[in-house]
Amino acid sequence: MNNKNKLISDGAEWNFELLEKYDAVIGSIAKEYGLDTYPNQIEIITSEQMIDYYSAVGMPLGYFHWSFGKQFLEVEQRYRYGYMGLAYELVINSNPCISYLMEENTSTMQAIVIAHACYGHNSFFKNNYLFKSWTNPNSIIDYLLFSKNYIAKCEEKYGLDAVESILDACHALMNYGVDRYHHPTKLSLHEEQIRQKKREEYLQTQVNELWQTIPKRKNQKDDDKIIQLPEEPQENILYFIEKNAPNLEPWQREVVRIVRKISQYFYPQKQTKIMNEGWACFWHYILINELYNRGYVNDKFMLEFLQNHTNVIKQLNFNEPNYSGINPYTLGFHMFMEIKRICENPTTEDKEWFPELVGKDWLESVKFAMENFKDESFISQYLSPKLIRDLKLFFLLDDAEKSDMEIIAIHNEHGYQKIRETLSAQYNLSLIEPNIQVVNVDHRGNRSLTLRYIPNNRRPLAADTSEVLKYLRLLWGFNVKLEEEQTDGSAKMIFEC
Amino acid sequence: MSRFVDRRLNGKNKSAVNRQRFIRRFRTQLKTAVENAINKRNITDIEQSESIKIPAKDVKEYQFHYGLGGRVKTVLTGNKEYVAGDKIPKQNQDGNDSGNQASNTGEGIDDFIFELSSEEFLDIFFDELELPDLIKKQLASIQTFKQVRAGFSTTGIPTNINVIRSLRRATARRIALSSPYQTEIEELQNSLEKEEKGSMNYQLLAEQIDKLKNKIAAIPFIDTFDLRYNSRIKQAVPTTQAVMFCIMDVSGSMDKTKKDIAKRFFILLYLFLKRNYAKVNIIFIRHHTTAKEVDEKEFFYSRETGGTVVSSALNLMSTIIEEKYDPAAWNIYAAQASDGDNWNADSPFCSQIIESKLISFIQYFAYVEIMPRLHQSLWEVYTEIKNHHKNFAMETISDFKDIYPVFRELFKRQKS
Repeated sequence: MNNKNKLISDGAEWNFELLEKYDAVIGSIAKEYGLDTYPNQIEIITSEQMIDYYSAVGMPLGYFHWSFGKQFLEVEQRYRYGYMGLAYELVINSNPCISYLMEENTSTMQAIVIAHACYGHNSFFKNNYLFKSWTNPNSIIDYLLFSKNYIAKCEEKYGLDAVESILDACHALMNYGVDRYHHPTKLSLHEEQIRQKKREEYLQTQVNELWQTIPKRKNQKDDDKIIQLPEEPQENILYFIEKNAPNLEPWQREVVRIVRKISQYFYPQKQTKIMNEGWACFWHYILINELYNRGYVNDKFMLEFLQNHTNVIKQLNFNEPNYSGINPYTLGFHMFMEIKRICENPTTEDKEWFPELVGKDWLESVKFAMENFKDESFISQYLSPKLIRDLKLFFLLDDAEKSDMEIIAIHNEHGYQKIRETLSAQYNLSLIEPNIQVVNVDHRGNRSLTLRYIPNNRRPLAADTSEVLKYLRLLWGFNVKLEEEQTDGSAKMIFEC
Repeated sequence: MSRFVDRRLNGKNKSAVNRQRFIRRFRTQLKTAVENAINKRNITDIEQSESIKIPAKDVKEYQFHYGLGGRVKTVLTGNKEYVAGDKIPKQNQDGNDSGNQASNTGEGIDDFIFELSSEEFLDIFFDELELPDLIKKQLASIQTFKQVRAGFSTTGIPTNINVIRSLRRATARRIALSSPYQTEIEELQNSLEKEEKGSMNYQLLAEQIDKLKNKIAAIPFIDTFDLRYNSRIKQAVPTTQAVMFCIMDVSGSMDKTKKDIAKRFFILLYLFLKRNYAKVNIIFIRHHTTAKEVDEKEFFYSRETGGTVVSSALNLMSTIIEEKYDPAAWNIYAAQASDGDNWNADSPFCSQIIESKLISFIQYFAYVEIMPRLHQSLWEVYTEIKNHHKNFAMETISDFKDIYPVFRELFKRQKS
């Protein structure tokens, strides 16, 4: 029949011509569904190269640092001894969207990966609000190149050790190098290079002004004015350091800035693990099924696909030996599938929980969800009772002050809302990472820097917090104190260095 | 439209620099690990790669994070029997705590293990060691040359003519020489156009133009001073070959253990030389009362009995150098292993041979005395030589454990 002629491939071997065929067909089906993507740049790499990309946190280029070497050795070792497999693919949030495909993949796998990465992740990068407002995919590669060259130049000029110690310190505070609420300025290589020069001079004058120790002349009026630094508590510690640390050289400030900018770039990815993976799985599932319906692939292909798909979205139970929490692929995939199901075949329960979805166009509904949410809000909006039952979710409270752990909620009428809230909070970055902010600088006195930890659920900071403070001290150049806010609003000193 | 790129040929060592940075940072820890490893190794696999352990606390990257305690809320999957309100005793609490205690001391968390390549392994192994007198020899032995490009010159042989440069200069010269004529021709041409064809003036002008054109044609297409030659100069290359003499006493007193120690010592020396020279030849000389050049197997495994005349070996070495290894072209190293037994009357001979025939031609002479009962006459005469020559060294090895330290002692970087 007609279907026979459309069949793209029957074997496991692939070649570029075949990949282009798959891509053309998948691309045209994706277009029918209105998936809006950046142009794709699909690169075939070997497993060794994949290990390289892994250790550079998935960036196609980056500055040199021993910690990336450590990562590399770790991955290489574990891969070589068979403790871990490598991802079939890796996608970069850039324009054009770069996807790395491993040469070891079978032709079926390549097709799945193209659907998953080049159309799933790609459209997510282009349309999710966090990515839209926080990252600039047009210039990220340029910026990485700039930072790599800049740091290499610093190493040449000031020595490996000097640069390494600054980078070590910045890496320790990397998670505290993001603006959680303000939009960052967009990055571009050319501007960056010009601005970097000016910034160097300007910043230095600013800082020096602040730390002026020469007595002011009498006609200067603001003598009595007490400058509060920072004016408001500052959550972006690296930003604060870059702008205010008294002793840093201009190049050191620039290094702080580079680490901060890169951290900011990854911030949306950290907040959308479930959605991003869920969206990509959802679309590879739909696109590949469509390929089958239209006769482009045969049963053999589908069996391999289903086996892989099932593996990817496999969720272990809490009491199974290899359980490592909730699989983001599973949760995300099922949540998008649930939205589709509720739009098309709602039950009475769904009508009660999701009146806004019932009877709506599923395609528009999933797109709306993808565009306007992050993991935390996505779960609190869309986690359905049916999925809670399917996954048999339950909420466990471990209070250090009590001798028993307690089951607070299970997959029943009373539990749904509590499970939703708790799971949502589990993906709230500002709860996952301890809330620590810069609150004061004793800039008339011993110049010490004070941070405040605002506890969440009475959880204490780890004992090795003092190690991080040592790094902060190195950057700040003077004493660093960390206080913990008490329930009555007062503060208690917990670490000092 | 998607674009496909084949990156497979781009090379896989993007992380090589990061790997080096890692090794650089943990050099101290690696050194300890390498030294421990070397003691456990057999001679034959000394050059292999090695799994290296670095304490977990050293490689840890610190960040702010929560410690144990407080109220921890978790959503888990796969509930079977629990209902809301169920209490689950914290049975593991104690175990957890002690587990964490242990990890603070660095034992609970897995140490960071990774593989050092044989190259990296030896690099760290031979760190801070140096071949004695290497620089002096390099300067002194500039005997080989290689041709290197050195720009262009105005003289040379025809085969070295640089066509592009030469023609470029020829063109420039032709333009320069012909341009006054060209301007003149243009002017004449202008006036020619105003004249009537066939008139007297017209003829005159036409003749002048022809003359000028001939002048231009007479400018040579290429002239000798246009010529440029590829210039090549000779550059001295330091000698990068070495020969290593292994001299060992195989008389009855050298038992298997002693030979084994000697062998390890020789192998270290060999590996070390191999890292410094492009080519290393090894000559094995074993001796009892007479000396013989042998292959490696015979050198280490055959056993003969008899007295000991060290000078026979030294004589043989001297002969071989004369025949095959011109000291100007070769870096010569000698390592002698013995238990110190020598026929008493022979020792002065040894001293004489070394002083007159060897010491000034060779880079370094290292003598190790293995498990001697008592230092005998050989040690005494060698001590005398050592006092007079910087490139003569001697040490005693009394145990397997001594091999590496002694080797380091003999070859450690000399402070200048």
